[in-house]
Amino acid sequence: MRNIFLFLRRYFNFILFLLLQGFSIYLIVQYSNYHKAVFSKSANQLTGKVNEQFNKVEYYFQLKKTNDSLVAANEKLYNKLKADFELPDTTSNFIIDSIKVDSMEQFRKYHYYPAKVVYNSVAAQNNFIVLGRGASQQVKEGMGIIDPNRGVVGVVTEVSADFAVVMSLLHKDSHLSGKLLKSGETGTLNWDGKTPNIISLAGIPKSSKVAKGDTIISSGFSTSIPKGMMIGIVQEVKPEKNTGNFQIKFRSAANFYNLEYVYAIDNKQAENIKTILDKVKQKTQ
Amino acid sequence: MNSLVKNIIRFALFILVQVFVLDKIHLHQMVTPYIYFLFIIWLPFRMGRTQQMLIALVLGFTLDSFRHHPGFHTAACVLLAYIRPFLINLFIPQEGADNNYEEPSFKSMGGVLPYMIFISVLTFIHHGWLFLLEAWQFGNIWYFLVKTLLSTALSLFLIIITELLFVRQQKFRTNTV
Repeated sequence: MRNIFLFLRRYFNFILFLLLQGFSIYLIVQYSNYHKAVFSKSANQLTGKVNEQFNKVEYYFQLKKTNDSLVAANEKLYNKLKADFELPDTTSNFIIDSIKVDSMEQFRKYHYYPAKVVYNSVAAQNNFIVLGRGASQQVKEGMGIIDPNRGVVGVVTEVSADFAVVMSLLHKDSHLSGKLLKSGETGTLNWDGKTPNIISLAGIPKSSKVAKGDTIISSGFSTSIPKGMMIGIVQEVKPEKNTGNFQIKFRSAANFYNLEYVYAIDNKQAENIKTILDKVKQKTQ
Repeated sequence: MNSLVKNIIRFALFILVQVFVLDKIHLHQMVTPYIYFLFIIWLPFRMGRTQQMLIALVLGFTLDSFRHHPGFHTAACVLLAYIRPFLINLFIPQEGADNNYEEPSFKSMGGVLPYMIFISVLTFIHHGWLFLLEAWQFGNIWYFLVKTLLSTALSLFLIIITELLFVRQQKFRTNTV
């Protein structure tokens, strides 16, 4: 017994060092549990406050780009206005739809909430975006995030009272599904941790007719991001050696370098789908 | 100024500069300089090793909190704090110099060269361990090596500029204490 205490005293620093290293590596590996920990919420709230103050300064340098992207988004919306289309009067009877928007509210599937980006990184191997909008402003975990031009940015992984953390596509654990617009095959998005804005799409079979310049859209399989949101444009197609799949690299539609405003998408049916899935899982167990 | 107050101000400044200035730099999407760990290098000679490691833990965890994936910098900082006393013993010029001066600097380490080697080794170890933990998950050895070497070079360059800009007053204390 005495020898054990002597050993502990003699190698105390080394043991402490090993313990601390073990703790750090545990944090890295058990990343998902960190989110559940209570202190992560308060740390998130604190860093969010600091980020917000800094963003107030940085925001001015990005005003021009922000404005440009909002104008582009507006242009798209204006071109969809009913008033801009005039059909020749060939129909025999014209019925005005009397359903008001209000009465449609119960059937609404998606709701968009604007949010300001207060912190954004592209340099790390696992990148996050912090939004200045949190649980008290309707942002929930699992919401999809798009940029003003409907380019997919990521998914909310953590919310505190006033801030939300988004796991962007530039994160190694981010595996959203993407779909080739032309041929319809779906695959999984992966980021290799090297060049921001260049992401790869795995799981597209060699039988697919995919070419450079093809569009990749969101598949709509998950409850977070609706179908048809722009993900990127194919840049490079290479056949994989040992599998029957292509190795596809694409340029993301959202430019992760200068995100200023994004939209959080609330899927009103997400809860519904989740309860059914849970029921099925319980039955099969 | 009181050593505690001085170190608290340093801590805050290093974290803020790292998060809001240096993290925004990414040359060729690859090289990001880090200088915040200079805080650990600048800790007083006489501080206990246990204390050093715990302070390093707090520093690393604070920086990690801003990046929302904790662990990487915490691990690198703790390693740095563990190795630092060994290197000080190795590079300190004469017996008792760590009693004469407060903290490591060009002057107290006995000239530019020993201090530069001291800083370079620590920077390399910090970057190496940090990028190894990151690359371990991505697994590309060449990318890791090049990234470590280039980042170390850039960080060292910035550290030298920092040392020249903010000259720390090192009073010679009598070694009769």
